[in-house]
Amino acid sequence: MASDSLPLLAVEHLTMRFGGLFAVNDLSFTAYQKEITAIIGPNGAGKTTVFNCLTGFYKPSVGRLSLTPPDDGAPHLLERMDGFRIAKVAKVARTFQNIRLFTGMSVLENLMVAQHNKLMRASVYSVAGLLGLRRFRNQERQSLEIAKYWLDKIDLSDQADWSAGNLPYGSQRRLEIARAMCTEPVLLCLDEPAAGLNPRESLQLNDLLLDIRRDQNIGILLIEHDMSVVMNISDHIIVLDHGAMIADGTPVAIRSDPTVIRAYLGAADDEDLPPEVTGDLRPAATSGVR
Amino acid sequence: MEYFLQQLINGISLGAIYGLIALGYTMVYGIIGMINFAHGEIYMIGAFVSLIGFLFMGIIGVTYVPLALFIVLLMAMLFTAIYGWAIERIAYRPLRGSVKLAPLISAIGMSIVLQNYVQLAQGARVKPLQPIIQGGFELFTGNADYHVRLSYLQIVIVLVTVVLMAGFTYVITRTSLGRAQRATEQDMTMALLSGVNVDRIISTTFVMGAALAAVAGLMVTLYYGVIDFYIGFIAGMKAFTAAVLGGIGSLPGAMLGGLLIGLIEAFWSGYFTIGYKDVATFSILVLVLIFRPTGLLGKPEVEKV
Repeated sequence: MASDSLPLLAVEHLTMRFGGLFAVNDLSFTAYQKEITAIIGPNGAGKTTVFNCLTGFYKPSVGRLSLTPPDDGAPHLLERMDGFRIAKVAKVARTFQNIRLFTGMSVLENLMVAQHNKLMRASVYSVAGLLGLRRFRNQERQSLEIAKYWLDKIDLSDQADWSAGNLPYGSQRRLEIARAMCTEPVLLCLDEPAAGLNPRESLQLNDLLLDIRRDQNIGILLIEHDMSVVMNISDHIIVLDHGAMIADGTPVAIRSDPTVIRAYLGAADDEDLPPEVTGDLRPAATSGVR
Repeated sequence: MEYFLQQLINGISLGAIYGLIALGYTMVYGIIGMINFAHGEIYMIGAFVSLIGFLFMGIIGVTYVPLALFIVLLMAMLFTAIYGWAIERIAYRPLRGSVKLAPLISAIGMSIVLQNYVQLAQGARVKPLQPIIQGGFELFTGNADYHVRLSYLQIVIVLVTVVLMAGFTYVITRTSLGRAQRATEQDMTMALLSGVNVDRIISTTFVMGAALAAVAGLMVTLYYGVIDFYIGFIAGMKAFTAAVLGGIGSLPGAMLGGLLIGLIEAFWSGYFTIGYKDVATFSILVLVLIFRPTGLLGKPEVEKV
């Protein structure tokens, strides 16, 4: 798999222990540039823990998380970075299972906050902004352009001035992704972006993510339970169960992998299960991607 | 009528000063959800720095009043900004992420430390300053018994306050710094993940609040002409009241609250007894809180299910 892409994120022997519980146990995988890597698994498999390690919320008990920027700089070791530096220096962006927009701010402002660092640098901590210097104005205009580009992509151009909290649920989900993209990440971590979306909104989300994969030079890590999203857009799926990786492969391979089916359904002889239960995981129609 | 007008003028200038201090309380509360009880002391230090500044201006012979005023203002803002930054760094930042009560206790401790430090360093006696800005307008001179006085100093106070408040509102609502401050206020974690250096934004907020308090300190030094190490306590309480009255966390609320407290005090002192003016102020706070617990302009906290 992924022979044409460059490796972006290398997770090596990641272990996260809470007391005696191994939330993630000796997990190693690689995510590639311009690819969507899905992490799936039953509830409690440790998927979100992986994200928390990647974004600095947890310090891994063991393991190395190295992110090689596409411009061929030195790799960033994420496990040694903390707080805002992961977003600012290593350029990892993330969304959460529950929506966490800045609800009291406008849609546009949400996208501008994400470009805070550029603007602050250009405005010399807002001093130049107050004086209205040209360099700052150019940067501000450029940031607005980026924000508008994403507003257009997520079909919210007409609601730019709305308070973000008043948007419908599906739009809030898309806005979160747009906000994450406005930080200009090299790795985008999406934690269940399709949760609570209706089928039509799920399709829109698929299109948005495929567009990002096509147009932007970034890698996407995706945690998702909605198999219609995972199977249709992923290049590469990693299956976790009880903190350990049980399978790693293309969607087609994962669909028919007996260990995966067993982990999800808990039955060794899955022939006995009714078709609507296994339906999601069976090699039904071949997906559009690969 | 003339008497009423006079109290109105006095009330507005007093309210402007309270509003400036209240802004510091409300900004800090908004961003990290804690009451910075040392803020009154910051204001007191601002007053002392101003006093020293004016004496210094006298020594080096800067006699042109607007220039002296400007230099002292910058000096006071700079010094208190350093204090504000240092207090946050020493007393609050290490406690971030611990229980909510911890920084509050730390703030009370800091307030005691600063009061005693100034008492030791500057002495406990009341410090006088001779009037720097004198004169004013006599309005409504028709009535021979009572002239309404609007002093130049009162004009300066209100002008400076209006300019500063407009400036701060602009920074908060329009600039990248303000956006980051509001983002931090709403969701610190998410701001962090958007690449905002949250620690620095919080420090900046303390610095901004402290600089505003310094301006208030300077104004009070000029207005009353006497200061001591204890003025921070009662002014801090009043400004805090103003912030709560207007709705804590809301910038326009703090300004409105400050103005109201100033007016209440002026009118109560003018028409009733000056001795009970604080009772009146705090009674009104109690009444407002009974009927509008979120303050006049505060947003009700809606728990979303």
